[in-house]
Amino acid sequence: MAERRGNWDKAEDDLPVYLARPGTADQVPRQKYGGLFSSVEGAFESKSIDFDALSVGQRGSRTPRTAKRETGQQAKSSASDNKISPGVESPAANRRGGKDSNRVEITTSGGKEVLQNLEHEKSDRLLIKGGRIVNDDQSFHADIYMEDGLIKQIGDNLIVPGGVKTIEANGKMVIPGGIDIHTHFQMPYRGTTTVDDFAQGSKAALAGGTTMIVDHVIPDPGCSLMAAYDQWRQWADEKSCCDYSLHVDITHWNDSVKQEVENLIKEKGVNSFQVYMAYKDYYQMSNSELYDIFTFLAERGGIAEVHAENGEIIAEEQTRMLQMGITGPEGHVLSRPEELEAEAVFRAITIASQTNCPLYVTRVMSKSAADIISQARKKGHVVFGEPITASLGTDGTHYWSKNWAKAASFVTSPPLSPDPTTPDYLNTLLSSGDLSVTGSAHCTFSVAQKAIGKDDFTQIPEGVNGVEERMTLIWDKAVTTGKMDENMFVAVTSTNAAKILNLYPRKGRIAVGSDADLVIWDTDSIRTITAKTHNSATEYNVFEGMELRGAPQVVICQGKIVLEDGNLHVTSGVGRFIPCSPFPDFAYKRIKARKQLAVLRAVPRGMYDGPVSEFSMSRGGTPSASARNSPTKQPVRNLHQSAFSLAGPPTPDDIPIRPAGRRIVVPPGGRSNITTLS
Amino acid sequence: IIDWENSMSTAGEVPAFFKSMGSDSPARPRQKFCGMFCPVEGSSDSKTLDFDALSACRSKSDGRVIDRQTDISQPRKVEIRESTGKEALQNLDDKKSDRLLIKGGKIVNDDQSFCADIYMEDGVIKQIGENLIVPGGVKTIDAHGRMLMPGGIDVHTRFQMPDRGMVSADDFYQGTKAALAGGSTMIIDHVVPEPGVSLIAAFEQWREWADSKSCCDYSLHVDITEWHKGIQEDMEALVKDHGVNSFLVYLAYKDVFQLTDAQVYEVFSVIRDLGAIAQVHAENGDIIAEEQHRMLEQGITGPEGHVLSRPEEVEAEAVNRSVTVANQTNCPLYVTKVMSKSAADVIAQARKKGTVVYGEPITASLGTDGSHYWSKNWAKAAAYVTSPALSPDPTTPDYLNSLLSCGDLQVTGSAHCPFNTSQRAVGKDDFSLIPEGVNGTEERMSIIWDKCVVTGKMDENQFVAVTSTNAAKIFNLYPRKGRIAVGSDADLVLWDPDVTKIISAKSHNSTVEYNIFEGTEVRGGPLVVISQGKIVLEEGTLHTTEGSGRYVARKPFPDYVYKRIKARSRLAELRGVPRGLYDGPVCEVSVSVTPKTMTPASSAKTSPAKQPNQPVRNLHQSGFSLSGAQVDDNIPRRNTQRIVAPPGGRANITSLG
Repeated sequence: MAERRGNWDKAEDDLPVYLARPGTADQVPRQKYGGLFSSVEGAFESKSIDFDALSVGQRGSRTPRTAKRETGQQAKSSASDNKISPGVESPAANRRGGKDSNRVEITTSGGKEVLQNLEHEKSDRLLIKGGRIVNDDQSFHADIYMEDGLIKQIGDNLIVPGGVKTIEANGKMVIPGGIDIHTHFQMPYRGTTTVDDFAQGSKAALAGGTTMIVDHVIPDPGCSLMAAYDQWRQWADEKSCCDYSLHVDITHWNDSVKQEVENLIKEKGVNSFQVYMAYKDYYQMSNSELYDIFTFLAERGGIAEVHAENGEIIAEEQTRMLQMGITGPEGHVLSRPEELEAEAVFRAITIASQTNCPLYVTRVMSKSAADIISQARKKGHVVFGEPITASLGTDGTHYWSKNWAKAASFVTSPPLSPDPTTPDYLNTLLSSGDLSVTGSAHCTFSVAQKAIGKDDFTQIPEGVNGVEERMTLIWDKAVTTGKMDENMFVAVTSTNAAKILNLYPRKGRIAVGSDADLVIWDTDSIRTITAKTHNSATEYNVFEGMELRGAPQVVICQGKIVLEDGNLHVTSGVGRFIPCSPFPDFAYKRIKARKQLAVLRAVPRGMYDGPVSEFSMSRGGTPSASARNSPTKQPVRNLHQSAFSLAGPPTPDDIPIRPAGRRIVVPPGGRSNITTLS
Repeated sequence: IIDWENSMSTAGEVPAFFKSMGSDSPARPRQKFCGMFCPVEGSSDSKTLDFDALSACRSKSDGRVIDRQTDISQPRKVEIRESTGKEALQNLDDKKSDRLLIKGGKIVNDDQSFCADIYMEDGVIKQIGENLIVPGGVKTIDAHGRMLMPGGIDVHTRFQMPDRGMVSADDFYQGTKAALAGGSTMIIDHVVPEPGVSLIAAFEQWREWADSKSCCDYSLHVDITEWHKGIQEDMEALVKDHGVNSFLVYLAYKDVFQLTDAQVYEVFSVIRDLGAIAQVHAENGDIIAEEQHRMLEQGITGPEGHVLSRPEEVEAEAVNRSVTVANQTNCPLYVTKVMSKSAADVIAQARKKGTVVYGEPITASLGTDGSHYWSKNWAKAAAYVTSPALSPDPTTPDYLNSLLSCGDLQVTGSAHCPFNTSQRAVGKDDFSLIPEGVNGTEERMSIIWDKCVVTGKMDENQFVAVTSTNAAKIFNLYPRKGRIAVGSDADLVLWDPDVTKIISAKSHNSTVEYNIFEGTEVRGGPLVVISQGKIVLEEGTLHTTEGSGRYVARKPFPDYVYKRIKARSRLAELRGVPRGLYDGPVCEVSVSVTPKTMTPASSAKTSPAKQPNQPVRNLHQSGFSLSGAQVDDNIPRRNTQRIVAPPGGRANITSLG
């Protein structure tokens, strides 16, 4: 400990704090997931987590995994033997006592009071001294003064009123609170709900340094979007401990849904809508519907989110798996190979570029899907990719676990890729900016709920945990390995998300006038993820046994300290709904410019005056007959048509694409062109 | 003749087609399409073809016309003589004409070139070598060291194709005549059954048309335009009894031919089990339908709307999707009509990842581009209408030729399906009604020679590979077709790399009034074409016989394609994980599992809408038993892999402590 502190003091000024430690005081070299592009060695052997052993808890934090690594380490280098035991102890030590070096001091000028005093009006005034402010563009040393949940001043030697609680940051990083852009708290599923409701879920989020979550509203097909939205608002308003916003999923598409989407954008503060390309016969949208939805969203300034998997092929594959007698969770990943994800991503990008609509791909789980996104971005498409905690932190080899409960706990869609190099690869793309934001897709079911599908993997409720682990995991996988710097870390955990949701700079930045959602980040803390200590209500954790470096030390949400010294002080129901406005610049600046360019013109020609062949309009002719006389076509187009008139003058940004003057008129002189041959 | 022989002897080692490069070429250097990867300069300004001017006076052409097929000048002549005396060259009734000897040719196969004589009899190559001992009464062709290559195989034609009561302008006679004139001695046509018509019936119809009219050997692909149980039975019958081993599915033509992804998956599964090739017309029909409406709404009704509503991305997307489905079903894939750079790229990438996929660029995509859609002349613009559309990017032909040369694309077709201007005019007020199809069967070999071999992208052997050998291998015709070897069919072309001609609708063999390659000057052409052991083209004169073409049956499981597929299907066995029984608590579920109340977690398994699909799956199942022991005998059905709970049970921890 002493050694570490000394080192830390010396290096403080020159080096980023998180670089000061690796390789020096860390006794166990963390080879497991390190190294750019290196494959994860031994990924298969170390996956036998024993739940029974965990619950007995005989060895403290020494999970089977750390023990295994220890032995491996011994075999490799005997020189580090003497350091091993303190290294293994360190997480526990850190957690219990980081009293000396890691400590941030919190004092109140009025005297010693309880730290967390929500009723006390003075607690609204907070001063963070001596912190290093990290935004996505730069880091600098300054003090921050907050009042009424807003950042009022930033700078040195601030003049602040009395009665201010002061946090001495001691040079630690102060970052904007994380934004988890994808959660499914309290999601209903066939009569049950996910075990983490908004209270439990947002508590876990805060514990992990995330001060805002964006949840998905999932209306049942056929039900009103507005009603579902109101329902979610009600649940979240009464329970959420942190600010939240909502995405709305479009599970069916018709005229009234279109009207509701318009109202949601204009009046309800929703600017992102998710469509599903999977879940055949439930949520899945056809290509034509996707085209319609994307066109509509592009006109209204919304973001089109997409759950990208080819549902048709999945349905076929699922049937095949069950026929072959594969009923366990491994069937889940076998029936959803990553190609299907990549294919759907490719298709979604094609449709989005056709309709000139910004696209957001939720849950990027595989290398090939990520590759497609990064290629599309290189070609100039406006597309954002969202890897989730699970895809960044673990892989799909667990589906073959002999322990059914464990295997089932990893079931999510798209599934985790069985390729153990996937997390590393996704972290690299996240660091290079090819993937833009991170969510958790936190959607947890208890083992008993998962057991609904014990005889048929297709019945297993889908979803993994990750809201609490998100920030720490990205820090560990991407920052400590040197893939990204602290500024990029802020960008992918909060700033980019805020920009996409059009909440920037209110969220996702430390600036005067921004919300006082801050995290003091401790780069040295090491902890082991386990279901025993996490804040979710589930019995398992997909990151079980993982040792991660970096954690929030103090979390400030709405100007109040909610996490300090490892203690959470949350209040259910304080979370506010944050409305998102349409046309976020981050996505729409380019879209608007392109819209102006994309005006198509017809070629003015004389009238054709040659002979015309006889033909029959009977349907089912030949390839050239396309869709024009299809009976099913008409309603859809009409509805699309009517939308233009309904829209009226919707938004000032709406650019008329089709000036009436462009319609081709036959030139009065006619026949100026040659239309017949010789 | 003397001139020519002299030049041959001095040329020595240099391949004949290099000899003349830049020397005896016309006054104007041929910059137009040459140069690897260089964009075509001035491609848009030279596209104002004036049909009137062409027909009016020839003087305008400022001496660019060098040689046309009809007036091949002296040096290009080959000597053909009969040992018994001077007789008519083409004497089909004479039984002796079946015996042919070609002396002094350079035989070019896809793997090597060598000099040897060839003796043919009864339409089959009997001997190859030096100093052959041949019977008397043999007609002898002296090739003077020219290249002798296997006759071209045009893998994609649509002769006599019905479209809404109209029929494409070239019937099997006219079409195969054009093919022979261009050096193709075999065509593979597409049978397009109207939805609702049985595949067998449509196939018989096409057989009847082709048998009565075709001048060269032919075979048939069958298009799957709808999907139900009867279709699957038809497919089995076609493969087993009718010699069909390739089926085309459409991802475009919404509400007419288009199949859903699930149907495509099932079709591909059936095709794989039958040992056939899955062909795909790759365009996203849903998006196209939307875009077409958008164009018409915007008042774009001319042929430019055709290409605007079918951007190349839409093609690439569908190619990517079909590659995915093919991978999933472990089915070999063949993408017809590769028209754009991005689609070709997707294929090249998929091949790098190991997918068994083949790409077929067509004459039009290799030889011209889509800038013509904006022509002020409606008739001209409409002549280019085909699907997928020609890419407006003028660098596309060059790029596709490069991929063809490096092997990322393998075969070439023509998709020859021309319509007269009056037929096209059906869509004069609505581009979506214009019948689709371009010409190209006659120009195919010459265009590829000119764009690829003359520019140095490929050698003569690769030329043979992409024009015939690869096609023969993929469709299981090899080595009967696509190779010059003892026992192969006597379908040969004596290729003249020096001839230069300007393609024009005035001189071509198709019946349509336009030619999309109008005015293109190409070097290289067939001098003599031998089909079924008979000379059909000589000295620019065609001697074809209507109805002499034979149907060539093709067997399933071509090695070229299925060796890898078979190996993979052995590897692809999936196994469940044996686990103890789960004995923990199970959450109660509301029993009403209507789709409305379900959440994302519960895929498609209990959907009522799935029920209609059930017969399809059953049918799929029954397919295995129907096929019995003959096609798919090597793949054991996996009934033994069913997971059984181990007798001891509960060996594993299934509950959390």
